[in-house]
Amino acid sequence: MRITITIEKKPGVLDPEAQAINKALSSLGFDDLQNVTMGKQITVSIDTDNKEHARYRAAKMCESLLANTAIESYTIEINEPS
Amino acid sequence: MRVAIIVFPGSNCDRDMMVAIETLTGRRPALIWHKQTNLQPVDLAVIPGGFSFGDYLRCGALAAHAPIMNALLDHAARGGAILGVCNGFQILIEAGMLPGFLTRNKELKFVCKQTSLAINSDASCEFIKSLDSSEKLQIPVAHNEGNFFADPVTLDNIESNGQVVLRYVNEDKKNSGNPNGSLNDIAGICSSNGKILGMMPHPERAMGAGHESADGKKLLQSIFEAIEA
Repeated sequence: MRITITIEKKPGVLDPEAQAINKALSSLGFDDLQNVTMGKQITVSIDTDNKEHARYRAAKMCESLLANTAIESYTIEINEPS
Repeated sequence: MRVAIIVFPGSNCDRDMMVAIETLTGRRPALIWHKQTNLQPVDLAVIPGGFSFGDYLRCGALAAHAPIMNALLDHAARGGAILGVCNGFQILIEAGMLPGFLTRNKELKFVCKQTSLAINSDASCEFIKSLDSSEKLQIPVAHNEGNFFADPVTLDNIESNGQVVLRYVNEDKKNSGNPNGSLNDIAGICSSNGKILGMMPHPERAMGAGHESADGKKLLQSIFEAIEA
């Protein structure tokens, strides 16, 4: 089963890259810009047909390595096998 | 003085650190490859600077899970002394051995320059006790992710527990002394027991002859004196 994991900085955590993107977009004239966040997307495939198990395993991966949960949050999206 | 230097793929200050320590102690530190699972009894374990595992995922995140780390955690649990420099500081944070987080430099540029450091004489870290805190240390930094960040509660705890050991200071009053936007100008912090020191500046690059400064030598000497005391 294919799983998409998205990792982002938690609100309030300093993110100089997102700030720089925000500034650059503003200077390009995007006056309606309200906020920018930047994160990572990691795609993993897990050998299971059980969605709940896949979600459980992906969360384990995030907690043990993929996200620094002190400053990052993660979301897990289960993609149906194609 | 028995010293071990932990080496990861991508470490690049391990040999400089080895030479610096051998010069001071007369005894060559052991270089310990990260795949080893045992750490012989040592007085000090050093995690050197570099780009362990190519800085992939987050700086220090992959190294923090290397096989040697369990032995290092045991060493820390026994009250053993640890010094982490630059990437070594990032690894100690990722391993949960020091609080906070090191993120991208404020200006999004790699910074490689001499810095002036104030020693916090109130710090609960024995390693700096033989240094004159009225003097500033001149020690260079070289990093892309040295911008120390912590949530307000953590930062407050670090400050009130005396865990801030080194701060960037403005020597000439013309420029900000802080090269990376680090909160409270933090350049180095210690663990709550004062035995683990993480710092972004490279003392092994300030060893006198051939270097701009000899203050790194002073700092390392002070660490050895504290351990031997």
